[in-house]
Amino acid sequence: MEITELTVHELKEKLDKKELTITQITKAYVDRMKEKENDVQAFVNTLEKEALEKAEDIENKVKNGEMQGEYVGIPIGIKDNICTKGVKTTCSSKMLENFVAPYDATVVERLNEEGLINLGKLNMDEFAMGASTEYSAFKKTRNPWNLNTVPGGSSGGSAAAVASNMVPWALGSDTGGSIRQPASFCGVVGLKPTYSLVSRYGLVAFASSLDQIGPITKDVEDSAILLNIIAGHDRRDTTSENIEKKDYTKALKNDVKGMKIGIPKEYFGEGINSEVKEKLYEAIEKYKELGAEVEEFSLDIADYALATYYIIACAEASSNLGRFDGIRYGYRTKNFTSLKDIYRNSRSEGFGAEVKRRIILGTYVLSSGYYDAYYKKAQQVRTLVKKEFDKAFEKYDVLLTPTSPNVAFEIGTKSNNPLEMYLADICTVSVNIAGLPGISIPCGVNSEGMPIGMQLIGPKFGEENLLNAAYTYEQAVKFREKYKPEFKK
Amino acid sequence: MKVSREEILHIAKLANLNLKEEEVDTYLLHLQDILNFANIVNNAPVDGLQETIGANDNYNVFRKDEVEVFEDNEALLQNAPEEERNMFKIPKVIQ
Repeated sequence: MEITELTVHELKEKLDKKELTITQITKAYVDRMKEKENDVQAFVNTLEKEALEKAEDIENKVKNGEMQGEYVGIPIGIKDNICTKGVKTTCSSKMLENFVAPYDATVVERLNEEGLINLGKLNMDEFAMGASTEYSAFKKTRNPWNLNTVPGGSSGGSAAAVASNMVPWALGSDTGGSIRQPASFCGVVGLKPTYSLVSRYGLVAFASSLDQIGPITKDVEDSAILLNIIAGHDRRDTTSENIEKKDYTKALKNDVKGMKIGIPKEYFGEGINSEVKEKLYEAIEKYKELGAEVEEFSLDIADYALATYYIIACAEASSNLGRFDGIRYGYRTKNFTSLKDIYRNSRSEGFGAEVKRRIILGTYVLSSGYYDAYYKKAQQVRTLVKKEFDKAFEKYDVLLTPTSPNVAFEIGTKSNNPLEMYLADICTVSVNIAGLPGISIPCGVNSEGMPIGMQLIGPKFGEENLLNAAYTYEQAVKFREKYKPEFKK
Repeated sequence: MKVSREEILHIAKLANLNLKEEEVDTYLLHLQDILNFANIVNNAPVDGLQETIGANDNYNVFRKDEVEVFEDNEALLQNAPEEERNMFKIPKVIQ
């Protein structure tokens, strides 16, 4: 098997047995990037030279006993809204095209402490606003399963890079499904941790009460490993929860006997593609075979949650993106005489159409006269959504839904219809609204060979049960052994 | 709720954005579309429910107010569109 086809836990095994070296692994990924990046376009910025140098440096340090992280020397890709000191962080926006962060995000510090090697910064929808990565200001990333389709978004570069074996794993961020939906479209595993489990310090803010960084990986075990590395309290993020550090790999028991799985029937309604439903029903049968207790129930919040999501996310974005004014960093217009001109022209020229659309929507719902009808109402619906989930988790350990109503769609088919693009998030946003953990794992392919994703949702800080449920299914079904992306043109 | 042309221009001004003539029509159409959908929140059974402002219940997270010096001025200023003598440069604001 090719080096780049291995999961991280398999790479580690080979490193431990001295069957592979750190430089061999990094070299294999750099070669793979050269082979596939032209077709996939997953990176905003590749770091081939730097990665090879760092691999050599780390290899020497390991030999001399100066470094000893458990996963030392493993490469990784990082979504381009996560700050990396000395390396550009663009958010795939003209606004930050030349921005070099003066500090590392907390998660990047943790990767560095572990001795991981950054292979490059991955493409995304501008400022993480989108579901297809088509709203990147720089390039359109393609789905490795069919290059004419989108990889999903907004972490489309991360998911496509993992699926095409250009990185062994990657970090993404998820505000309304931006890790899970691209993972589903690209046939990989995407975990959105509980809000506040992973520090957001150094993540360029889109909607602060919803954003969360998480792993995109080839399998569930790697997801648990990467969560181990990035989770934990950080005093620089005041929302970060101070809870006991756990080893999530210990939760992977390959056993769901007696586990109670709830199926919210509203997530299997008419808007969901029939082939997606069919594969989900097969997965439900598999869980029954494996000894889980599966039950259908009603969770009638999907439409409310989606509307609430777009109100809250845009309101927070309109405020968060107020900082981009062309003064201290970011794009500055050439066309100005006054300070006011700098603000307005820099913003108007630096932001793309979707970002402006969301700023306008957010400003509208926060403006006097509409605040009560939209923003305040949405905050109340948020309480309702949390309560409904609380009720569900009194009865069930995890909930099971589709990740997305459809498989990956063709490039260009939705980018001119914002509402239709927003509707693609219907299955994922409620998890962010309530701050819960959610994971997407592949559960089959449709008649055209495109991957279908299943979403599992857990209660707050219920990552252990969630990962175990995902792992047990994955071990029984072995998706990766049956299907591979074909780079269809 | 019906959004007027004047309203969208007012909102754009609040958000410090210029909209071109042709953009106004597109944004108006999209905003109307999205708001029509978002109106569903007004049918949600939320009577008597409190507002939730964040995903966790932390309230007032305190720490000591201590000065921490960020040493790397150069890294900060290298992102400035225009700088002079270690300061950010902007056009004259006092007439």
